[in-house]
Amino acid sequence: MTPTVNGRPGAHLPAPGQCLRTYLRDNGWFGVKKGCDAGDCGACTVHVDGVPVHSCVFPAVRASGRAVTTIEGLARGNDLHPAQERFLAAQGFQCGYCTAGFVMTAAALDHAEGLADDRPHAFKGNLCRCTGYRSIEDALAGNSHVEHPATGNAVGSNVGAPAGRDVVTGAARFTFDVDLPDVTHLKVVRSPLPHARITRIDVTQALAVPGVLAVLTHRDAPDRRFSTALHEHFDDDPADTCVLDDVVRFVGQRVAVVVAETEAAAEEGVRRVRVTYEPLPAVTDVRAATASGAPLLHDDRPDNVAGELGGEVGDVVRGLAEADFVYEETYQTQRVQHMALETHGALGWIAPDGRVTIRASTQTPFLTRRRLAHVFDIPPERLRVVAGRVGGGFGGKQEMLVEDIVLLAVLATGRPARWELTREEQFVATTTRHPFTVRVRLGAKRDGTLTAMCLNVVADTGAYGNHGPAVLAHGCAESMAIYRCANKRVAGRTVYTNTMPAGAFRGYGLGQVMFAVESAIDEIAHGLGLDPVTVRRRNVVGPEDPLVTPIGHAEDLSIRSYGLDQCLDLVHGAVDGDTTGSDLPSGWRLGEGLAIGMIATGPPGGHHGRAAIRLTTNGRFQLDTGIAEFGNGSTTVHRQIAADVLATELDLIGIRQSDTDLVEHDTGAFASTGTVVGGLAVFRAATRLRQRLLTLAATCLDVGPDECELVLGAVRAGDREISLRALQEAADRVGDGVEASGHADGAERSVAFNVQWFRVAVDVVTGEIRILRSVHAADAGTVLNPVQCRGQVEGGVAQAVGTTLTENLLIDGNGRVTTSVVRDYRIPTFADAPRTEVLFADTADPLGPHAAKSMSESPFNPVAAALGNAVRDATGVRLTALPLTRDRVWARIRHVGSTTDGSDRA
Amino acid sequence: MPGDETDWRPGDCWLAGGTVLFSRPQQGVRRLRDLTVLGWPSLAAADDEGRPGLDIAATCTVATLARYRPPARWPDLAEAIRRCCDAFLSSWKIWNVATVGGNLCAALPAGPMISLAAAFDARCDVRRLSGERRLVPVDAFVVEPGVAALQPGEYLRAIHLPERELTGRIAVRRASLHPLGRSAAFVTGHLDVESGRLRLTVTAATPRPVTVSVPAPTAAASLVDMVDAQVSAEGWHDDVHGLPAWRRHMTLRLVEQVRADLLGAAR
Repeated sequence: MTPTVNGRPGAHLPAPGQCLRTYLRDNGWFGVKKGCDAGDCGACTVHVDGVPVHSCVFPAVRASGRAVTTIEGLARGNDLHPAQERFLAAQGFQCGYCTAGFVMTAAALDHAEGLADDRPHAFKGNLCRCTGYRSIEDALAGNSHVEHPATGNAVGSNVGAPAGRDVVTGAARFTFDVDLPDVTHLKVVRSPLPHARITRIDVTQALAVPGVLAVLTHRDAPDRRFSTALHEHFDDDPADTCVLDDVVRFVGQRVAVVVAETEAAAEEGVRRVRVTYEPLPAVTDVRAATASGAPLLHDDRPDNVAGELGGEVGDVVRGLAEADFVYEETYQTQRVQHMALETHGALGWIAPDGRVTIRASTQTPFLTRRRLAHVFDIPPERLRVVAGRVGGGFGGKQEMLVEDIVLLAVLATGRPARWELTREEQFVATTTRHPFTVRVRLGAKRDGTLTAMCLNVVADTGAYGNHGPAVLAHGCAESMAIYRCANKRVAGRTVYTNTMPAGAFRGYGLGQVMFAVESAIDEIAHGLGLDPVTVRRRNVVGPEDPLVTPIGHAEDLSIRSYGLDQCLDLVHGAVDGDTTGSDLPSGWRLGEGLAIGMIATGPPGGHHGRAAIRLTTNGRFQLDTGIAEFGNGSTTVHRQIAADVLATELDLIGIRQSDTDLVEHDTGAFASTGTVVGGLAVFRAATRLRQRLLTLAATCLDVGPDECELVLGAVRAGDREISLRALQEAADRVGDGVEASGHADGAERSVAFNVQWFRVAVDVVTGEIRILRSVHAADAGTVLNPVQCRGQVEGGVAQAVGTTLTENLLIDGNGRVTTSVVRDYRIPTFADAPRTEVLFADTADPLGPHAAKSMSESPFNPVAAALGNAVRDATGVRLTALPLTRDRVWARIRHVGSTTDGSDRA
Repeated sequence: MPGDETDWRPGDCWLAGGTVLFSRPQQGVRRLRDLTVLGWPSLAAADDEGRPGLDIAATCTVATLARYRPPARWPDLAEAIRRCCDAFLSSWKIWNVATVGGNLCAALPAGPMISLAAAFDARCDVRRLSGERRLVPVDAFVVEPGVAALQPGEYLRAIHLPERELTGRIAVRRASLHPLGRSAAFVTGHLDVESGRLRLTVTAATPRPVTVSVPAPTAAASLVDMVDAQVSAEGWHDDVHGLPAWRRHMTLRLVEQVRADLLGAAR
């Protein structure tokens, strides 16, 4: 007997040992998502006979003869379930990958005794990586945020995401939510050793497994070296990686690919590939990698250095000599992982026109196509790369980690192929944030004026360069430029070690360096007996100041709008006199802390955004953009911008995106460019189309274009008007489409500012840190969609709170990742994430569309230091190494001894 | 057939709720034998061959246990169940499927059903395919993290909480690195009201349950010393969920608190 799913009998019996999640997806119920595959994240929540379960750990056979409800079966026809309505009204999602699980859990709460009022308990089995949970909490509480502005007023209002309804009904199509007939499945053999030469690979036994079609090794792959990191400038990143190499440099590196008819056959094939390794000496940390005589990971990289930078302005030695107070300390950040709910993965097939299409979970379809073409020596026009809705990115998908293998398999067999990483593979063989060691030395005069800033920075890039040198450079840029100081010096290195590579991650190095710099500024204040905010105000750049770093000045970057002063004022106004926590029992120590950050509104050297828009039937428009949607919300903003320019309603604009066939080269969605670059391209395309419509109408109505006005569904000239449909027909008659394209090149950049403040209570006996209040001020220029921008800030802060307090990806002395399941890697849950009050500065930037600035990475950056400063204020103890878990905090406080200048409760 | 004694093959594996088994690849497993189809009554508060108390079937789901309303003569059982269920890192949705026996057989230091069973000095009812039975104290049932005292083909039928234990007072305290997080230290205390015997059991901070029993309430300091000595002899558990030194520090604090809770409750 088959399970009945949403009222329909399943197409086949569950296989022995199959979990319900894969059974449901095999039956086309793609709303059921794979997040962790271990029962921890809740993305796969369904109801079995009305009882909510995690379908990834539910034996499918047990659903036989029972009624299963998935997200697709929750609504009654067109009438959404109240839980769906509420998530839509509150916009309780960003990427939307976890949403089905939240909705299904919320929908089951009515029958769960006591839980409806205890949301931290009710949702401890549902993880969201994007939102920071405030918008989800609003959805559960029935708070609505979506506005329906009048035509022409979309920009600046809280309109909902275009895909909102699809997200809450499970209809949104993520990477693997498509049927691909005749698809083959890929699994890879991974290195068990941190460093070794492969001397032999015997595939005979693997090929003998029924269903195994091919086993591909380094002998079958192109030998061209490349970087998995993707940037507009092709050669920005070290070309040190192969599709499949004959040397392995970290535990988990892919060694061979098994292509099979089923996943089970591919897994069996993997077990039967015999690899002979000649072990090589390995270095699994920076100290070992930089010791004299250390074994080299890459022959052409002396001293295991992947990238290096250094420079000085002024004279730091003199500056330190002039100082009345000098602070020096070493700060250490750990490995953390993006943990996007959707793992990396891709599908590939040969289209009827002979081109290979790759559908990938990527932030950069165009750059991926360009890289694939280069590596495989194929003309780019022979490849098409598309992204569906992407289940979270955070920078991790500005990287080509799976697409090359899928292409290799498609080319080898001619068959469609799919490779979806498991959660464990995601933990052990993708990328992390770079661990940084920052030695900081600051000197200041008695009044707090900085006389010297000196940083020595070492970043661990792991086995391959990936984004390493660029992250190091970015990390040392805005973090130093934000302070005026005559004498600055920096020396930095990115070092190879035999560990999983590091990659791009929200903030791109700034969070790590700011942790050190902003902690040190705080210590300067303590050392001089000054208020930390006063010290910052005395030293920060002003609106007219140049941005000075010791490693040169980027010609394309300047302060085009300035909101740092407002951000500091906003936070001061919100928190002055705060006494939160004064009712806590004795033993809790209270403190507050603040940190600031600055970020360029785009990457150096240009970033291309492309959009095309055309009039379709019945007065509707079709907007095509290059940018992927992964919770960044760019798509929402793009539609707002286009709707206002074209005097139309949001619903009349259809959107297609993230497909190399749609528009010309688009750099992609990273470096917070979705609004400032992508949005500008949309604005330009829409403006051109508007001009075209007015010109066309002027001809039809026989008036001057200046007399014409675009209104909803028509162009009006005085008391006459012509409908858009008629204009379309007129254009058709002359064989001319009504369409336009737009391009923005990101050639000039401004800066955005952030200020984070925390009030905390610390229990020095247990090491527990409680965030009592979190306030964040953001200088985002004109805010095009306040509730969405607020969500980006909240999500960034929550992610950074995870980095600061709990997350820690551990690698042992043999280079093996030991935290390979979600339950061993604590991201913020509903119970952990603070609800952050978000305040916006009132600024206008000349570069972005409607004077907007970027605001998605930067809220992350000041958080660790702000929390550390608050703990320092509370306990007198400076914590210099992340994360600040209770055990480590307790150990550190005990080590430092009894507290000195902490203020006890009340 | 789940219970077919003549047919235990290499690659066979007992299946209860499945939430552990399905949470990771099971190499070598060829066949799952489903215990839940045997229809064991989840909770039986009755005499069982002269052993009064509560029998919790291995296949009793955590959700069923959490909903259980014990008789008044067992004063602290409901609260102990509630506290132990809340100690699960996993969601209440998992409780709908996961079983009490499964948690014991997973044999993890932070297994809350292990803590619950240990609190009441429970006996694990272990069966062979032939039906042969042996009773194993819970601290012996957990051999080391991830290893339960089951021979191939053996299964856990039930855990038995003795009547005498159930009538005692219970206190439960735990520590975690995170709010609603996985337990890093879990201390249960049991006070036999009639005799005054006090028993403390430490889980989560230790690779397997460690019990200290004293015939009468003892000064906090000496109880702490006894627990410290006993656990230190076996070693404090070390994994990503807490540094051993902090686990020790927290455990010993919890011991003091549990003692105070119990003596307060007994007044």
